[in-house]
Order: sequence, then C-alpha cells, then structure tokens
Amino acid sequence: MPVLKHDTLPIAAENDVVLVRQAVRKWAADLGFGLVDLTKIVTAASELARNTLIHGGGGTVCLESLAEGARKGLRLTFEDQGPGIPDIDLALKDGYTTGNGLGLGLSGSKRLVSEFEVVSRAGEGTRVCVIKWK
Amino acid sequence: MERIPILRMGDLLLVTIQVDMHDRLALALQDDLTARISETSARGVLIDISALEIVDSFIGRMIANISSMARVLDAETVVVGMQPAVAITLVELGMSLAGVRTALNVEKGMSLLRAARGPRGEESGDARAET
Repeated sequence: MPVLKHDTLPIAAENDVVLVRQAVRKWAADLGFGLVDLTKIVTAASELARNTLIHGGGGTVCLESLAEGARKGLRLTFEDQGPGIPDIDLALKDGYTTGNGLGLGLSGSKRLVSEFEVVSRAGEGTRVCVIKWK
Repeated sequence: MERIPILRMGDLLLVTIQVDMHDRLALALQDDLTARISETSARGVLIDISALEIVDSFIGRMIANISSMARVLDAETVVVGMQPAVAITLVELGMSLAGVRTALNVEKGMSLLRAARGPRGEESGDARAET
C-alpha cells in the first residue's frame, strides 16, 4: 500500500497526548476527511495515545498517509515496550479495565476506525495499528 | 499551573473550556469546580464545551463526575454547546453521558438552570460576575 508521507511522534508525557491529537487532526484534515470522520479518528488517537502512556509506560505513534487506488486513509501505529496485554479478547470488552478508567479506550476506539489490529506479548509490549479510510 | 477559569454570576458558576485539555488540567477543573460550589453555595453550574473539538472517554468521565459531585453538593449542572460531530463520536465510543443534563446553547442552559433552582434563585436575581 503506497505511503504518501509518514512521521513518528513520542508519547512520553501527558502533553504528548495533546500533541498527538493535534497532529492527527492536521493530517486527517490534509487528507480531506469530513468533520465527523476527523473527530472520530482524533478521538480514537487520544484514547490509544493515553493507553500507550498509562498502560505501556510510554512509547511512540507512527502516522502514515495512505493511498490505495482512489481512496485515501490515515494509519496510526501505537507502540510501547510495556507489560503487554495478556488477554486481548478480554481487553477489547466494553467496560473491562485494569486502571481506574471506564474500560472504553480500546473497545471504543475500535468502533471509531475502519481497521483495527492489536499485537501484544506479555512482557514485550503492545502494538495497536488502526486505519481510518476516507 | 495552567487553570480553566470559573466565573461566578449570582448563584451560578460558569465555565467555558476553550483549550485542548491534557488530563491533569481536566482533573484540576473537577477539583476547582467542586471547591467553588462549596465556597460560593452555588446552585447551578453551566459548562460550555462549544469550543471542544473532541471529547474522549477521559473528558467525558470528567464531565459526568462534575455533574455527580455537583448534585451531591446541591447544585445542578448543565453542559451546553456540544458539537454534533462530538456527540456522534462520544456515543459511538460508548459514552452516552447518562445523568448529565445538556442544552444546545448557553441561553437554553441558563433557562434550564433557572427553572431547576426554583424560588430561592428568584430572590437573589442580582447578577454579579467575578473571576
């Protein structure tokens, strides 16, 4: 799949979550996303960046603008070297939480994007890759 | 540290969120607002989120918390001005903000609060604003 441009941002502090939101907003706007889709991908990015920070102990996000034929999309890959997710199916259930949140971060962001993939190994970290097609 | 300003108007508190809040700022607002309700014996809280471009589960939870805490302190909360795209996203995310009163704009929110606070509010009709 051709990648038009890519960039990697750190997620090491609370303010980085804000910067990730702003970057995703700009990239999605540049790709011509409508307001609802733009709001969805920015919200999903906010949830996933917070997960990377809080559960993964920090990490990175890679932003990629994709072009597949006529359609365009934005791919976000969040990676951390944290403790990993022992049971992904359980983690994807609404309301399941290990922290003090609502347990909507992972399951909720899955509903906001077009494609969603989690790869995690206990002790090695987690990679969450999402795509929003325009 | 950066803070979201809380304005007082009679027995109402007004908050307009105009910045992209990081999580600690959202938590600080929750603490500040509950402290101000108790200090000022406010009967109503109006939170204007029309400038917010997203509400994720964290900010959604903060809004729900403020509303519950205010209710326990005998104050009504109305959240006004949510953008349609934000509402669509929030519900799809899985948060319906059950128990939080909303209104489309500040004017409608104010009349909701006025109606909710009843006779005691009508006695003190003078509006004072202070920061």
